[in-house]
Amino acid sequence: MQGGARYPGRPIAAPSPVRSRAMTVRIGADIGGTFTDVVLEDGARRYRVKLLTTYDAPERALLDAVFLLLDQAGRQPADVALIVHGTTLATNALIERRGAATGLLTTEGFRDVLELGDESRFDQYDLGMEKPPALVPRALRLCVDERVAADGAVLRPLRREQVAAAARRFRQSGVQSVAICFLHSYRNDAHERQAAEWLLAEAPDMAVSLSSEVSPEMREYPRFSTTAANAYVKPIIGTYLGRLEAALAERGVGGPLFLMLSSGGITTVETARRFPVRLVESGPAGGAIFAAEIAREAGLDRVVAFDMGGTTAKLCLIDDGRPHASQSFEVGRVHRFRKGSGLPLRIPVVEMVEIGAGGGSIAGRDATGRLTVGPHSAGSEPGPACYGRGGERPTVTDADLLLGRIDPDGFAGGRVPLDANRAALAVGSLDPAGGDRAILALGIGEIVDESMASAARVHATEQGSTVAGRVLVVSGGAGPLHAARVAGKLGIDQVVVPRDAGVGSAVGFLRAPISFELQRSLSQRLDRLDVAALNALLDGMAAEAHAVVRSAAGASDRTERREAFARFVGQGHEIAITLPDRPLVAADAGALLARFRSRYASLYGAIVPDLPVELPTWKLRVEAGAVPVATPRETVRAERRPAPQAWRPVTDPATGAVVEAAVFARDALEPGDRFAGPALVVEQDTTTVVPERFSVLVDRRHSLVLSRLNPEISQ
Amino acid sequence: MSVLLAELRLQVMWTRLISVVEEQAQTLMRTAFSTTVREAGDLACAVFDADGRMLAEAVTGTPGHLNSMAAGVHHFLHQFPAGTMRAGDHYITNDPWLTAGHLHDITVISPVFHAGRLAGLLGCCCHQLDIGGLGQGPDGRSIFEEGLQIPLMRLARDGQVNDDLLRILRANVRTPLQVEGDVMSYIASNASGAERLAGMLAEFGADDLGVLGDYIIDRSRAATEAAIAALPHGRWQASLTLDGYDAPIVLRGAIDIGADGLLMDYAGTDPAVPRGINVVLNYCRAYTVFALKCAIAPDVPNNEGALSPFRVTAPEGSILNAQRPAPVAARHVVGQMLPDLVFGCLHQVIPDRVPAEGSSCLWSVQLRDEGPGGFETVFFNSGGTGGRPGRDGLSGTAFPSGVKAMPVEVIETGAPLVIWSKELSADSAGAGRHRGGYGQRVEVGTRDGAPFQVLAMFERAVHGARGRDGGHDAAPGAVRLASGAVLRPKGLQTIPAGDRLVLEVPGGGGLGPPPTRAPELVDADGVAGLLSETVAKTIYGRSTP
Repeated sequence: MQGGARYPGRPIAAPSPVRSRAMTVRIGADIGGTFTDVVLEDGARRYRVKLLTTYDAPERALLDAVFLLLDQAGRQPADVALIVHGTTLATNALIERRGAATGLLTTEGFRDVLELGDESRFDQYDLGMEKPPALVPRALRLCVDERVAADGAVLRPLRREQVAAAARRFRQSGVQSVAICFLHSYRNDAHERQAAEWLLAEAPDMAVSLSSEVSPEMREYPRFSTTAANAYVKPIIGTYLGRLEAALAERGVGGPLFLMLSSGGITTVETARRFPVRLVESGPAGGAIFAAEIAREAGLDRVVAFDMGGTTAKLCLIDDGRPHASQSFEVGRVHRFRKGSGLPLRIPVVEMVEIGAGGGSIAGRDATGRLTVGPHSAGSEPGPACYGRGGERPTVTDADLLLGRIDPDGFAGGRVPLDANRAALAVGSLDPAGGDRAILALGIGEIVDESMASAARVHATEQGSTVAGRVLVVSGGAGPLHAARVAGKLGIDQVVVPRDAGVGSAVGFLRAPISFELQRSLSQRLDRLDVAALNALLDGMAAEAHAVVRSAAGASDRTERREAFARFVGQGHEIAITLPDRPLVAADAGALLARFRSRYASLYGAIVPDLPVELPTWKLRVEAGAVPVATPRETVRAERRPAPQAWRPVTDPATGAVVEAAVFARDALEPGDRFAGPALVVEQDTTTVVPERFSVLVDRRHSLVLSRLNPEISQ
Repeated sequence: MSVLLAELRLQVMWTRLISVVEEQAQTLMRTAFSTTVREAGDLACAVFDADGRMLAEAVTGTPGHLNSMAAGVHHFLHQFPAGTMRAGDHYITNDPWLTAGHLHDITVISPVFHAGRLAGLLGCCCHQLDIGGLGQGPDGRSIFEEGLQIPLMRLARDGQVNDDLLRILRANVRTPLQVEGDVMSYIASNASGAERLAGMLAEFGADDLGVLGDYIIDRSRAATEAAIAALPHGRWQASLTLDGYDAPIVLRGAIDIGADGLLMDYAGTDPAVPRGINVVLNYCRAYTVFALKCAIAPDVPNNEGALSPFRVTAPEGSILNAQRPAPVAARHVVGQMLPDLVFGCLHQVIPDRVPAEGSSCLWSVQLRDEGPGGFETVFFNSGGTGGRPGRDGLSGTAFPSGVKAMPVEVIETGAPLVIWSKELSADSAGAGRHRGGYGQRVEVGTRDGAPFQVLAMFERAVHGARGRDGGHDAAPGAVRLASGAVLRPKGLQTIPAGDRLVLEVPGGGGLGPPPTRAPELVDADGVAGLLSETVAKTIYGRSTP
């Protein structure tokens, strides 16, 4: 057992009789950069534990946690019905460049696609800017003289002796994993497949990734980049999963092991080994699924999931219980959070925006004297000035402390006493003229909240959506401190702070459906659809996706969702439109056109061009029903007005006035409790700030539901 | 409200204003039709107060567009005074002298009304694939040959698009779908920004952008002036020789830094030429100020206050201040070289902050076949940037323009072309303690071997990027046929049937003497296949590892 922080597991709902003691135990395990979070659900009971991640062998903390929770639940390893696992291993290998020695085999004349990227600069004014180095160094990027045209025709044939020579070069150079990336392979994959066969004949132990399998879409740089990333992490992930499976088997842990995907679905170990790049960002995907579950249960159809931790904040839009999905992601941004400074990945992902805004974000002033917060963070070492561990620069946590939002003796369950004097000193350093520190602290809070609100708004536009009128579902240690104010800036009137938000990702893993999705390019004009070719494409995609899901979910019911991406001929960005879940017929074109035009008008305004429409990309997702869960249910008592434990002065960010806030302990609150702001709800990992003009209701899942009071009524 | 609190509120609004233009730019990229906007990001979006002062820009902007638009908005307001504007109006022009320097760049600005008054303006400016005339090449002998001129006029009134204008536009361009679609996307983009801006004003209880504008501009001007004031006083001169259209062109500049601020003066620069590589003063200013800002005050947000302390003059009638009706279509081949000249002056003042010369001019490959079933397409290629203090230049990277290259697969899907090569070329970088970035080799032909035309507008095919402080010059680029014949770097030429166009996009110059380069860096380039043994040995004195 590792030392370090450990939160004891505890049941969160009243015990309920379990009918069968057989394999009913379900485990969600999230290995993050700092902590390994594991939850165990046994019928309606849930246990949780947080251990420090064991970097040398990540499976150790995972197994320790599993056995700790089995012990607490009084269950045996053989009782485990299912483990769903997400890990940052792939992400970290990419960011820290600790992957396998990787080679690239590509089309003659295109050796430098990974290095040239899109040839732009992500920072307009910085003369010292550096781009992220390519995952595969130039010496290991080898070309073969083959060429496929845009329509899939072969312009130059592939030659075996060239592939064999490359394979020998790779072997001599110690390469373990090869990405095969040829131009237009999304249209015709024959050369890539043939090259893989010939390469494996020469080097049978080589791990091989084909761009036509990993990311079969037009645009060479993102496709090559994704395939290279897949190749880069393939050996590491394969080894790790092998060790984990062996360890689970050795210790008699029953049930299948599934892996959480960046798309919010789960898949088998076998598929994860083939497409390890799809494991990137699985933790945040779990968090989004958790928020989506909260939204579904509460009947909320338009939600923003808002997670604010120590270094970053993440925001994700959820519609009708589904997190927004996308097909692009950027990993390892060298210029903190600057778009374009990382490696592009074309994989199905839960679409979210991440910015450098967290409790540890450092405040400063820019060249114009404007107050700035982040993206640099004091991290946990030295941490905010108030930690007293040597940090001297002012952070968001220091500001929150000065504003009265955090109890200096109750932070992190009292384990980290905070020093308000150090916080005041650090915040005061922002104004040599000795300005009011409370106002400076207010400024830090306002700027960081504004940055997060801005990120949410711009992100929504990129998604072709809006944030106003949604419900904010909050998680992370700093989230509940800032959520109500961020909501105000976004035109949001309701904020939900779920219980167990601290281990939300791991809980989310257990709510994720077994699913697999594919995306393919086949350019079609809507006014002359080649229905036969399309149905052949979609049927092929369906067969592949069903096979993957069936292998994991057995014979359980599966649903299929087909989408096309549509745009006016000549545009470069598309809007997703749903397709009928049956073979297409020519007569579908009219309905699809109407769907596209109405969606376009709702996104971009009333003036819609009268131009032909094309459909370049097709997407298909197969999903098995999530395993039904016995949700902890509790009858809501008659409404109760709980008595505050204490009162504390807090500065209101909207007015700058100091008000007396009622303090409640979250553990003491019961479903049905209702009270009004200004108030603070204190728990082990965080504090929820309830401003004036907000009321709070504790719902039957123990979530805090903050609602803005109608200004007319409150006056 | 205390002074500190009031100031804080303005800072929060400033942050919000930047996100308004970011959203505007996102909408533009999502709705645009031409690859130059949607794939390459060749666009600019900005917000202005009711007096036309630029307050914030989207970070996607290119300097040539953005800083030109900052000046252009005042012309709109002069033609259409605030009192005559109504909600739902949109205004348009592509006048090179008033906006971004050639007819291909269309600017649209849109008023934002709040509380019944003009509260501010949103603008965007993008590059069009075609605007009629000879096309985007340097062959025009006057502006009249270069395409359709759209004077300052209304694009829409009260939400009704000016159909007559669109019909004229469609009839005059080779790619009517894209051009009309793009103009519609400008409206969508500005309208989305206008909605956000009005919402922001309502939320903060502000009538217009006046107070906020004063704050942004005063703060930014003060910060920029402070950065200038920290520089030594004096006058430093430099010159730069370009390939020109058919004869070399010499640009001369002097930077004057004194108690009254900073002036970049292009006195002594060669006169305008009778071909379309002339630069209007607006565009000359845009790239000059961009370079000055990068070297002197890169951290100040870009707005009127950050731009105005940098003064720029060029003699009337010179190639940097061309007068109507001079041809200007390929003005970027001269305009984008200005940072190299500015850095040539500044290198004498702040040598630790500026790079050696780079390839600088974007090698924009405009190809066409005007026969039946023909095509018109463009794709961008960048060479190497100059070696930088403390670090090498960047290979295949757009500076100063900052646009993205279109994917080869997208180009080949849209036009019957095959791009046979697009990769870094060995020994193309200028040697140095910090070497220049590498250039690239591009080879393109038609799918069926049919002849096609190139509207060549390539720079540094004769005069390579020069090194500084003992760093070596980069080899010049080259324009030729695969079969060997050398082509002119500028002007419309035909690639014969069965042949291909080959471009050697040049690298950047080196900084510092090559023998002082770290040996392991020399070896690394050798292992990567970017440095030949001969150069490693003769220039760096390093034998093969």
